[in-house]
Amino acid sequence: MDFDFITKTFVRLLAALPLTLSVWFLSVVLGGLIAAGVTWMRVSGLKPFELFARAYVLVFRGTPLLIQLFVVYYGLASLPAVRASIIWPFLRDAFNCAVLSLALCTAGYQTEIFRGALLAVPHGQVEAARACGMSRLLMFRRIIFPIALRHGLPAYSTEMISMVKSTALVSLVTLWDVMSIALKIRNDTLVTYLPLILAGAIYFVVNYIIGAGFLALERRLSPHLRPRPS
Amino acid sequence: MGDLAIFGFGEGGWGLALLQGAAMTLLVSACGLLIGAAIGGLVAWARLSGKLFAGAIGQAYAALFRGLPELLIVYFVYFGTSTLLTETANALGREGFVGVPSFAAGALAVGVISGAYQAEVFRAAYLAISRGELEAAVSVGMNRALSFRRIIAPQVLRFALPGLGNLWQVALKDSSLISVTGLTELMRISQVGAGSTHRPFAFYLGGAALYLVMTLATTRFFDVAEARATRGMRRATG
Amino acid sequence: MSATPALTVDKMHKSFGQLEVLRGVSLTANDGDVISILGSSGSGKSTFLRCINLLETPDEGVVTVAGETIKMRRRGDGRAEPADRRQVDRIRSELGMVFQSFNLWSHLTVLENLLEAPVHVQKRPRAECTEEARALLAKVGMSDRANYYPAHLSGGQQQRAAIARALAMRPKVMLFDEPTSALDPELVGEVLRVMRALAEEGRTMLVVTHEMSFARDVSTRVMFLHQGLVEAEGPPQELFSGSTSDRFRQFISKERG
Repeated sequence: MDFDFITKTFVRLLAALPLTLSVWFLSVVLGGLIAAGVTWMRVSGLKPFELFARAYVLVFRGTPLLIQLFVVYYGLASLPAVRASIIWPFLRDAFNCAVLSLALCTAGYQTEIFRGALLAVPHGQVEAARACGMSRLLMFRRIIFPIALRHGLPAYSTEMISMVKSTALVSLVTLWDVMSIALKIRNDTLVTYLPLILAGAIYFVVNYIIGAGFLALERRLSPHLRPRPS
Repeated sequence: MGDLAIFGFGEGGWGLALLQGAAMTLLVSACGLLIGAAIGGLVAWARLSGKLFAGAIGQAYAALFRGLPELLIVYFVYFGTSTLLTETANALGREGFVGVPSFAAGALAVGVISGAYQAEVFRAAYLAISRGELEAAVSVGMNRALSFRRIIAPQVLRFALPGLGNLWQVALKDSSLISVTGLTELMRISQVGAGSTHRPFAFYLGGAALYLVMTLATTRFFDVAEARATRGMRRATG
Repeated sequence: MSATPALTVDKMHKSFGQLEVLRGVSLTANDGDVISILGSSGSGKSTFLRCINLLETPDEGVVTVAGETIKMRRRGDGRAEPADRRQVDRIRSELGMVFQSFNLWSHLTVLENLLEAPVHVQKRPRAECTEEARALLAKVGMSDRANYYPAHLSGGQQQRAAIARALAMRPKVMLFDEPTSALDPELVGEVLRVMRALAEEGRTMLVVTHEMSFARDVSTRVMFLHQGLVEAEGPPQELFSGSTSDRFRQFISKERG
């Protein structure tokens, strides 16, 4: 057991973790904002918006993330119209492309989570809010959103973990995340298992922490789902 | 060549190659799903057995393969099995590097991942079977093997179909990651075509469209299968 | 006692698609009136109540609460709708509704349920609302459950809390939509006791109910709806001991048996 090598490899992998985490965080937040908009369209009751939202979800959940990533990174960059436009300085950067693509993908999944959570809010409690004279905005803020949030947390947690795993794909578009570093070390040293195992351990721990965090949040927000205080 | 002619079937057209890639995608995904079913069945059985050790192993398997990036698992399986095979071959006297065929490695990787999720689907499906039906089987004198074959397995399948339909879609999408091994499935063909014709936008968009068609078509297949299998069952939801 | 009625409804009509559920129902409730609204299912009684606070939108009819008329207008497609959303919200906050399925907000404790509307809709100071809420909880016998969540309460407890929640808004008129229909028989009594206490206090109440004892013994007036029209109306003694309406007599004999 070459502890020196193990430690060196581990440190090099950890050094790439901030990149992985920042891709994850930015794409999740951006994806959430997009999903909020698409969800609004989906439940708006206006046919054209509804159809767009349904098509959006269908496309981004029905195709592999990898090909979506390549459409954005390789595909858009090759179009003369894109190169001439104002968004080109943004899209030139691999990091931005990766975040954008991951965000568009997670937005498809997050939309379905949001929609399911909203549908789970008991209609009677919404009526009680209306009967009190709450405006639509107040009703959403104080009643619908908090109840939907509690319903959607478990599925949202799963999606957050799924997104961490998805960040590994950015290694295929020239970003130096944990996955790429692991592959590079393998290529340089010809040691097969160790870099991949260590990288796997890092991903596993990150996912575990995220899962535990969401579980703690769920517990805090749901005293009404636990047995009554004595 | 004109835009759409690229996808045509004539000279210089990539239509055939893309369709062959799609066929390969379907094949490797299906094999992966079957491997996943075998693994998933085993893990579910371990967890349901009531034996502490088996249950713990089952849970650990599921937790492990759900917490690791799919791409990592593909690399690990591909490089790992190749290394294993090479070392075995070298020990037996054959020199040099022995690679595992990318189809086998890819299907295995997809299967290993799918198995972790299929275990949960099977477990939930089994738990959904009413105790009464199992008791009835015992009371008419069926032994364990017979009751499994005639009562348990068909019911598990019926309850598991919705979840399996979903996991099939996941397997289709995961199979795109096998492209890194060089397997000529749809993703790889799109990549090759994009590079060869310098038209990445058209090829990746076209590939995505083909994936979408496959997803929609096979979802339809699962819906029909579900309708047939749940004939006569009362459902909680419409 | 003010001369202005607490609530008037003038010739209300409501259809669901082809089915006309209310075919011209009118009602006047003065301060302190306790009006029981009876009828078989499909008679339109719940719809009538829900149209008063516009949970359903009446096709025709005028609702006036404490002298203020709810302004309505016609949409492009001929359907009626409230003209002023803000007015509707305000008037709703003056009407307290108690639902058949309680509808307490599941993510809030009983006390928080009582504070929600007074603090956020009526914008009253929190301390004042809290003090009043506690007094109301005492009145309905729920003081020791103030920090419980609805999921931990029995049906009767939830409904009493829901009544306190409606009272917390200091409503001019209280609307009860079959308040005991979803309760186990042994829990009905505790809710009826609270409602009787409110009636004796002089509250103005409209109660859609199947509880004949309440209708007969507690209400000041009874209104019997049949297929969307007022079939019989008057003081309970008059109706229960010898009504001129055949249908009503049939109805109460069925309810008893």
